[in-house]
Amino acid sequence: MNAGNRPHAARRLIAVTLILATSGGPMATVAQPLSRTAESADASHIVMASTTSTEQSGLFTHVLPRFTAKTGIQVRVVALGTGQAISVASRGDADLLFVHDKVAEEKFVADGFGLARRDVMYNDFVVVGPASDPARLSGVRDVVRALGQIAQGRHPFLSRGDRSGTHAAELRYWKDAGVDPKASAGAWYRETGSGMGPTLNIAAAMNAHALTDRGTWLNFRNRGELKVLVEGDERLFNQYGVIVVNPARHPHVKLKQAQAFADWIVSSEGQQAIADYRIGGEALFFPNAKR
Amino acid sequence: MQRLVEPPASLALDALAFSAGGQSIVKPVTLVLPLSGRTLILGPNGAGKSTLLQLIHGMLPPDHGSVAVRQPGAADRPVGAHELGFVLQRPVMLARSVLENVTHALAVRGVARAERESRARHVLAGVGLAALASRPAPRLSGGEQQRLAMARVMAADPACLLLDEPTAHLDPGATASIERLLRDWSTAGTGFVMSTHDLAQARRLADQIIFMHRGEVIEFGPANRFFASPATEIGARFLAGDILE
Amino acid sequence: MNDLAATFPMVADLLSGRQPGLWAIVGLSLKVSALATLVASVLALPLAAVIALFDFRGRNLLIAVLNALMGLPAVVVGLLVYLLLSRAGPLGPLGILFTPSAMVIAQAILVLPLVTALARQILEDSLRELGPYLRSLKASRAHLVLTVLAETRLSLLTALLAGFGRAAAEVGAVMIVGGNIEGVTRTMTTAIALETSKGDLALALSLGFILIAVVLAVNACAQWLRVRAHATLG
Repeated sequence: MNAGNRPHAARRLIAVTLILATSGGPMATVAQPLSRTAESADASHIVMASTTSTEQSGLFTHVLPRFTAKTGIQVRVVALGTGQAISVASRGDADLLFVHDKVAEEKFVADGFGLARRDVMYNDFVVVGPASDPARLSGVRDVVRALGQIAQGRHPFLSRGDRSGTHAAELRYWKDAGVDPKASAGAWYRETGSGMGPTLNIAAAMNAHALTDRGTWLNFRNRGELKVLVEGDERLFNQYGVIVVNPARHPHVKLKQAQAFADWIVSSEGQQAIADYRIGGEALFFPNAKR
Repeated sequence: MQRLVEPPASLALDALAFSAGGQSIVKPVTLVLPLSGRTLILGPNGAGKSTLLQLIHGMLPPDHGSVAVRQPGAADRPVGAHELGFVLQRPVMLARSVLENVTHALAVRGVARAERESRARHVLAGVGLAALASRPAPRLSGGEQQRLAMARVMAADPACLLLDEPTAHLDPGATASIERLLRDWSTAGTGFVMSTHDLAQARRLADQIIFMHRGEVIEFGPANRFFASPATEIGARFLAGDILE
Repeated sequence: MNDLAATFPMVADLLSGRQPGLWAIVGLSLKVSALATLVASVLALPLAAVIALFDFRGRNLLIAVLNALMGLPAVVVGLLVYLLLSRAGPLGPLGILFTPSAMVIAQAILVLPLVTALARQILEDSLRELGPYLRSLKASRAHLVLTVLAETRLSLLTALLAGFGRAAAEVGAVMIVGGNIEGVTRTMTTAIALETSKGDLALALSLGFILIAVVLAVNACAQWLRVRAHATLG
């Protein structure tokens, strides 16, 4: 029995193996039963692309069950950076987009990926830093001035650097302060390229400043010696918008259910749910949907 | 499985040859071996004894030449797939019981399931391993493993056994039991062709000798004639204990 | 260090069942990785058998490619599968992105080269040992394959367990194609990543210990099987 004399049998077996390998369909069918445990019918869930900071604030765990109880529709949140969330929504992998970058959101609608954008709520950013306050930010309410002071003193500052809404806001403040932080990248200004949590982890470890949304900060357990140094500037307010993905672009979008959510979140019921989400008695988000 | 040959049938080798990598391993061999006889292949290492055995068995296809079964009063016919049993120098044990090793060998050779166990037990009794039937084969001693290897081939009732230095790694006690089995079986009609470089063993067992050197059959004939007066100088030197290069 | 100290009571608390989400997460991790390993093995074992048994043009190239694929970063596999399953991609209409099915597929692809390489080695070694004997029996190809598979079944199981270990420990692939959706596609590894990024290191560590315990248990099984396999071989 010399294997070398039977190339035809070998080719046949390889062909069979390759056919099996490319049959992704059957594989998916085999894996289907797993999904069934999570939901019963296709129509009872929608996918919403949102940001990690929003999910980590705990807002969704508080608010979404009320929507599900009322409509029976489960909202599955895929939490990503703002850039990735928009990318996922524009590919049609989500039915809804719920982020906090108005400029990017309006472009999303203008490019035809989404139906109308609606204001939902705002939260605010704060600047955190070492309790010893080396940049002397105590009492400074103007965020642009505060960042200018940090730049001038070359105090360590950590940026997310990940195209998120938080990052976009941060860059706007630097620009208004007339500072180009990239020029000092690697020195006092460092970009982590990651989410709010990891960035705060590193800031705590390095005893550095950072710009963070209040929600993530309130939930963050690893503060080290950091505390809130600058807050309250109107420019620190962070506006959230909800957009239904355009079915003209992606016909499979669950329009009715997605629209039901968008309508609910701006309704008095949804807005109230947002308003009564608190951490340690403090509200994180301030509903401001237009009637 | 019915034995397909009746004595005095023989194996006719006709210009059987094999080479590899441009080197001739076995030069064309033409001779006739009685199936129920006791033939020993003698020669130094590298003489081609193993290769010749594998060519006779068919597990190694020859470059040219053929092997046939010759019976008086009938035409030569090709050797049946399972007419010759082969015993390797180092027995390969399957990771299962002694009994299952034998039934596996029978299954591979197409014996019906219903018959396998009884035939296996019968042949195991014949080699003295009946008591160890349920022991895991890999745990047997060297001699027991070789006896199991012989049981595996005998279970299929072959016409002749081919053995490649079967006692080379066994102690004298185990060697004695193997030789006893071979003698008994050949008396009962299943002969053997066996290679060895143990001259004493050849003297004990052989009725025919094939003497090989560098891939060539130098001498072939009755054992007592070879031992008493070898026909060639090189045969004489081998018997005298010289190293043949 | 505070985090480490907080971990042990937290592990006890987690295991006590007071955190209801935990067992769902553990269960999903095990189900996804087990199913992925099975799916991969259905392809890997025949492929390994073909490579071990037959000689064909390109065999060495195939072996080299498979060995190289063992080093595929999980996150790259995740990205590729995401692009495949995205609505904008070729398999979009299947609609399985962000579901456990997608996670199974991604992990199966990740684990396939590993299981193939291990199984191939096991089969080749067995073939080298059994080949001469089975040739001496003039065994048909079918008998050769069946005998080798029967003799190596315990060792092949350790190859599967190695694949399962790789799948259970990875986070890059399941994060991207699953989306880490709470209650739907959150596994132990994505939960650990999430808690770490939230700064809740004690909880992340606790989950990590539970995951380690699972992986250790799997490896202990593999070791026991290996010992048994060698015992029967003498």
